[in-house]
Amino acid sequence: MNTLPIKLPDVGEGVTEAELVEWHVEVGDLVREDDVIAAVMTDKATVEIPSLYDGKIIARTGEVGSVLAIGSDLVLIETDADGPAAAPPDPVEEVTPDPVVVAPAPPKAPAPVAHGTARPPRPENAPVLASPAIRARSRQAGLDLRQVTGTGPAGRITPADLDAVFERGPAPVATKPAKRVGSEQIKVVGMRRKIAERMALANARIPHITVVEEVDVTALEDLRGQLNKTRGDQPKLTLLPILAAALCKAVVDHPEMNAHFDDDAGFITRHAPVHIGIATMTDAGLTVPVLKHAEALGLFQSATEIARLAEAARTSKATRDEMSGSTITITSLGPLGAIATTPIINHPEVAILGVNKMAIRPHWDGQQFVPRKMMNLSASFDHRVIDGWDAAVFVQKLKTLLETPALIFVEA
Amino acid sequence: MKTKHCQVLIIGAGPGGYVCGIRAGQLGLNTIVVEESKPGGTCLNVGCIPSKALIHAADEFHKLTTPNDIGITTGPAAIDFGRTQDWKNGIVARLNSGVAGLLKKAKTTLINGRAQIEDGKTVVVETAEGPLRITCDNLVLATGSRPMDLPHLPFGDTVISSTEALSLTEVPKRMAVVGGGYIGLEIGTAMAKLGAQVSIVEMADRVLPQYDTALSKPIEDRLAQLGVNLFLGARASTVSQDGVLSIETPKGAAQITADKTLVAIGRAPNVTDFGLESLGLTMDGPFVQIDERCATSMRGVYAIGDITGDPMLAHRAMAQGVVVAEHLAGLPTVWDKRAMPAVCFTDPEVVTVGEMPSDTSATAIFPFAANGRAMTMERSDGFVRVVYEKTSEVVLGIQAVGAGVSEMAGEFALAIEMCATLRDLGDTVHAHPTLGEAVQETAHLALGHALHI
Repeated sequence: MNTLPIKLPDVGEGVTEAELVEWHVEVGDLVREDDVIAAVMTDKATVEIPSLYDGKIIARTGEVGSVLAIGSDLVLIETDADGPAAAPPDPVEEVTPDPVVVAPAPPKAPAPVAHGTARPPRPENAPVLASPAIRARSRQAGLDLRQVTGTGPAGRITPADLDAVFERGPAPVATKPAKRVGSEQIKVVGMRRKIAERMALANARIPHITVVEEVDVTALEDLRGQLNKTRGDQPKLTLLPILAAALCKAVVDHPEMNAHFDDDAGFITRHAPVHIGIATMTDAGLTVPVLKHAEALGLFQSATEIARLAEAARTSKATRDEMSGSTITITSLGPLGAIATTPIINHPEVAILGVNKMAIRPHWDGQQFVPRKMMNLSASFDHRVIDGWDAAVFVQKLKTLLETPALIFVEA
Repeated sequence: MKTKHCQVLIIGAGPGGYVCGIRAGQLGLNTIVVEESKPGGTCLNVGCIPSKALIHAADEFHKLTTPNDIGITTGPAAIDFGRTQDWKNGIVARLNSGVAGLLKKAKTTLINGRAQIEDGKTVVVETAEGPLRITCDNLVLATGSRPMDLPHLPFGDTVISSTEALSLTEVPKRMAVVGGGYIGLEIGTAMAKLGAQVSIVEMADRVLPQYDTALSKPIEDRLAQLGVNLFLGARASTVSQDGVLSIETPKGAAQITADKTLVAIGRAPNVTDFGLESLGLTMDGPFVQIDERCATSMRGVYAIGDITGDPMLAHRAMAQGVVVAEHLAGLPTVWDKRAMPAVCFTDPEVVTVGEMPSDTSATAIFPFAANGRAMTMERSDGFVRVVYEKTSEVVLGIQAVGAGVSEMAGEFALAIEMCATLRDLGDTVHAHPTLGEAVQETAHLALGHALHI
């Protein structure tokens, strides 16, 4: 019987540390080889770590949320297997099965108030499962039992479920507004912590200047409509591929916008390729998959790739490579896009293009008001390296391109 | 005319009315119950109780007159049916005074006389001492039901209803029963066991037509064993002066010679001849329409029991009586029962609670042939059937056929009212050796791990 460590394996190129996001084992658990013992999170992906041996877990290192270095001990296991001494020199590389990329661990449900069995939810309109005593108690309190989640067998409402409802506060039918009491602490781990760190970094280091401009996209929308009508089997064009194309065109004259500012080293790196980060909302939070070489993609190629990346990000299937390397970023909330926003730059980039909601607004054409499809752009720039003048000129350039979309596609 | 006032006035002292009266009295409401006959209603006087007494007498007699494997022999058995009736009437009388005593204990007044409704708050009662006008804050209609007759077979002479059938002073030699529902079967079977030659005429293709064949088949088998002639898919037409009942069967016309012809084709609600029509209540077919608190369409007027429709069962009326009394006392009570047990005291007995098998549910059946207690009672016919929701394993219904299964009705109803799952039934230890073990075994069977089959 040996006591051996299972180390945190190398989970991705260039990754030196990973955050522990979930334990799958407790001390004392018996595990088999390949059973998942923990999940760790690297830059943007969650990786499950399997056990290398059959045996019994006798110690865990670190708690959920702690950051572990690659190669550090994850657990100690009591096993009959031979340890790394008898194994090849680099056991981690040799023995570790391929790490499995999985969806981010779902947030742990609050501990149920009573034991329950996982079962499919009761069909709608099915009678509430509750004993006569429970029904009487809820009537007494004016509580609609259909609003109560049952944790008993088959979803039956238990006395404890009612207790929990009553503890939570006034019955839903109460008409008098009541004080809300209590607070909930949520540990910031995993993806949320990454987002928090990056946002803090960007906002602390970068003095932002945001320019908001109004764009008449009537012609652009006509063009998009035409393209969609004749698209055949190709994916439906959204505004994003066109914005990406406009951005690619605009940075030709404004190479200072498609750049990284390494503020520690004091270097600005202007990039020839345009790798556009596409801010994407997922269940776990904001991610930024990257549309590589946007300058070399046709509109429909671009649309296909954006759809693929978004899906990969939402299902946490995006690779590390697909999630890094952007040189400039577009952020759009679609119909929720508001009138104006103040986008935070994706450090170390120097510019971000925010897209606001499109709406039909009255426009004075010199003689009368005409309805035009209008949309605002809210673009932020790193004011340390981009002057207000240049920012404004760049936004005007974008405006011109978007209002006369033919300019995006012709070589002057 | 003398007058009285009360908070709650109940017309009818059957199971619904008297229970409502007791509960209302307990809750401190000034309550009057009006009854034209003896307290207890159909159930106690001419229904459940006397029929069960008769069935018991018939079973005891039948045992003595039937050869058995146990080794008991007796001399020729005889029954003095007059004394049987006296014994039965003694039970009924004891219960009559019991109900009156319970009402008194609850400080509820029982007034004997026929009620006539004047309006939703006023009733005139013809008492032995003359008319009495009673005004009330709330009126509860609990007037019950009566045996239904056939236009071509009116009650009279040899054609009798269940009421008369339960009061016969001698066992008829030959008896025809029109209607193969539970009333006809209960009385017909008892008479057959008491020595009558019984013929049962039923329009449907099986007895107990509201149930499925799995439930009715064991009863048909037993009737055949008892020598009862069963005419299925048959219609009774007329009865002659000398008591010959003409029927039409799928095979053609036939005649049944009978000393008595019992017509038991159902019961009709008592909704006429006491002024109920003058209230103009919203009806539901022949029945009074009620809501979940048994309130009718008129404010302050409630209805419970058989006049509110099917199932016409004493225990339903009682439960409704409680709902009304508690509601009138200001308690938040509503009718939200999940389970309404129904028992046929046929041979074998049938109990049904909750949902019957359907395409959307699953079913498990455990036969009494695999139950030790059933064997020791010489009756291993029948089964327990559990209907459950496939995904959640919630028990939706339980049915059983077998001798003595009526006593399991409580467990069945409790299981459904408490929303039991198969696991709940299976994990509950059932005493050995009892018929109830079959319930636990049925649950095990449904869960795929039956132990005794």
